[in-house]
Amino acid sequence: MASFTRRKFLKVAGSAAAVSSLGFPAIVGAASKKVVIVGGGVSGATTAKYIRMADSSIDVTLVEPNKEYYTCFMSNEVLSGHRTMESIKVTYDGLRGHGVNVIHDTVTDIDAAGKKVMTAGGKTLAFDRCVVAPGISFIDNIEGYDGDAMKAMPHAWKAGEQTVILRKQLEAMPDGGVVAIAAPPNPFRCPPGPYERACQIAMYLQAKKPKSKLIIMDSKDKFSKFGLFKQAFSRYFPNHIEWVAAKAGGKVTRVDAKSNTLYVGDTAHKVDVANVIPAQRAGAIAIKAGLTNDKGWCPIDGRTFESTMQKGIHVVGDASIAAPLPKSGYAANSEGKVCAAAIVDMLNGRTPGDPALVNTCYSIVGPNDAISVAMVYDLQEGKLAKVKGSGGLTPKDASAEMRGREVQYAYSWFENIKNDSWG
Amino acid sequence: MGCNKKALVALIGSVFMAGASQVLADPSALMMANTCAGCHGTEGKSVGPASPNLAGISEAYFIDSMNAFKEGTRPATIMDRIAKGYSESQIESMAGYFASLPVYKASVPHDAGKAQMGADVYDKGCAKCHDENGALADDDAGILAGQWLPWLKYSMADFQSGHREMPKKMKKAVKKLSDDEIEAVLHFFASQK
Ligand SMILES: Cc1cc2nc3c(=O)[nH]c(=O)nc-3n(C[C@H](O)[C@H](O)[C@H](O)COP(=O)(O)OP(=O)(O)OC[C@H]3O[C@@H](n4cnc5c(N)ncnc54)[C@H](O)[C@@H]3O)c2cc1C
Ligand code: HEC
Ligand code: HEC
Repeated sequence: MASFTRRKFLKVAGSAAAVSSLGFPAIVGAASKKVVIVGGGVSGATTAKYIRMADSSIDVTLVEPNKEYYTCFMSNEVLSGHRTMESIKVTYDGLRGHGVNVIHDTVTDIDAAGKKVMTAGGKTLAFDRCVVAPGISFIDNIEGYDGDAMKAMPHAWKAGEQTVILRKQLEAMPDGGVVAIAAPPNPFRCPPGPYERACQIAMYLQAKKPKSKLIIMDSKDKFSKFGLFKQAFSRYFPNHIEWVAAKAGGKVTRVDAKSNTLYVGDTAHKVDVANVIPAQRAGAIAIKAGLTNDKGWCPIDGRTFESTMQKGIHVVGDASIAAPLPKSGYAANSEGKVCAAAIVDMLNGRTPGDPALVNTCYSIVGPNDAISVAMVYDLQEGKLAKVKGSGGLTPKDASAEMRGREVQYAYSWFENIKNDSWG
Repeated sequence: MGCNKKALVALIGSVFMAGASQVLADPSALMMANTCAGCHGTEGKSVGPASPNLAGISEAYFIDSMNAFKEGTRPATIMDRIAKGYSESQIESMAGYFASLPVYKASVPHDAGKAQMGADVYDKGCAKCHDENGALADDDAGILAGQWLPWLKYSMADFQSGHREMPKKMKKAVKKLSDDEIEAVLHFFASQK
């Protein structure tokens, strides 16, 4: 209701935008600077908060269907029983505290030319700049993996109900059972995620169901932090984790959910718990809004995260092509801040400055043992690039003391990134 | 300098830029410092449980720390890899930003009994160099007040194991203390509000 009156005022105000760039932002700015954000995950929430922190005269509306968001990060610890669902839950009260107008609804259409967003609830929201942050959607690269199969063989690659289903299946499984993780092809959300998950589930099996086993059936022949993960597999879980590369017959092509069977070509693998993670692309709304390339991801300008396909619309987080940044929560948060700063500059008639970004992914791979990958990024010749000499992996020979510290720092990262994005 | 800093504080918001960095094609101090928030908290205020607050850290100590991480002379799990991503002038520009923020003391879980015992240890052995119960940035010795306890313990462990070089006179003070006394004084620092 409040937004309706504001929109009406915007029409009346007419040339407010032109006036504001001439230097009266405090007076007329509020009505002329409207940002609509689609999706309240890591990147959308961060963008909303940082726009408001930098310029509280900008009107920010964030549309997100869920009243509660469950973080994917640390959800693997829910699977091992080391953490509760409650501890990965965040709400939107923090953003409201920053003056963000949070609407719980689903965006059904984006009109780039008309500068408006339509929702399932029947709202039309006008914008000067729109930020699309819908995360990922799944590609049906695995035959038989439909809506029902998703409940029987959960992906748990969007946290929430899916995480709970997988945890319950692990709890219900008898000792001696076989768990399979079907790992997706590149590019996908959280490159180390499936392998950290394997370690977490294996910790549970070791403690509670020691005769059981976990098999990673991979669509790839190599993966993130490869050496460090292989070291952890053999150090902690020699009898509990087996990794099968694509070339060794790991690539799942078909499933039969009724019999819990994974097929690699004609070879059938019947398992007790199947965690099937399909191939991925940008969230459906990005595809519908014409923001994606032929591979299903959104090309952007690295300085502003503005789409190179639709003017006035920015794309952040997993949906965007921000390589060499990976599709991670840390990257999504970092991208949100770059996008926020650019939008604040653009709406105030300034040229956006140079971006700076960081990514870090922690993986907890054993009892009191975590590893990490980190990197610093900036813009080089107009493109996002790694800063030479920065970043890298936890050294393979890091002491037990230092790897124990990394667990505490992983938890610190988790608490701080939650608070920085939604708090 | 102090006067300048205040003027900058007033400007933080959307326009903390240019002031510190000479090269035009350089991210602003705020832009760079914002990337640290995922681990050190929004505006350098960590919500713990281990990673340190950066808000209010002195420029000199910040610069020394970043350079030591870069060169590998200070033990680190990850800061060595991150510090290598910034030039000298970029580190200086971030130093100005973090020093311009008010010192932040977090509500750190601690043992009140140990903290009380630690107050004496502090008066005798540490107050000289870590003034105002460890909250004075101008000491150029890190902010210890309201700092996360695991972090204080790691720092002390690195000093005592010799992995990090301890200032000579601090070494003398620390040598006189039992393990319990050291534990107590760290709780004292953590308990500061
Ligand atoms: C198991 C697992 C572990 C992970 N661990 C880590 C880790 O340790 N570290 C790390 O950095 N990253 C980790 N990640 C990755 C991280 O979770 C993602 O990269 C991050 O969530 C991406 O943020 P986003 O904003 O792009 O998308 P999301 O956080 O998924 O948010 C998208 C939001 O958009 C909403 N939305 C979608 N469509 C619409 C629409 N039409 N209208 C309105 N709203 C819409 C959704 O409801 C959702 O809330 C992990 C991921 C997984 C799966
Ligand atoms: C991935 C998490 C992470 C990120 C990102 C990060 N830090 Fe750190 N920082 C740490 C950890 C952990 C420590 C403790 C030393 C260690 O183990 O590496 C630390 C320590 C420090 C210290 C020492 C503090 C003191 O009181 O002695 C400084 C200074 C610092 N970081 C600055 C920064 C700056 C500046 C950035 C951003 C450019 C940054 N950090 C980004 C995790 C991080
Ligand atoms: C003679 C001065 C002096 C005394 C006395 C002293 N310190 Fe220090 N302390 C320093 C300096 C200087 C540093 C910064 C060291 C560096 O640059 O690496 C420091 C650093 C530290 C740090 C690490 C801070 C960080 O951010 O990593 C801790 C913890 C600490 N001191 C604790 C103590 C305790 C406890 C005592 C008392 C028992 C004490 N110090 C006594 C000078 C002193």
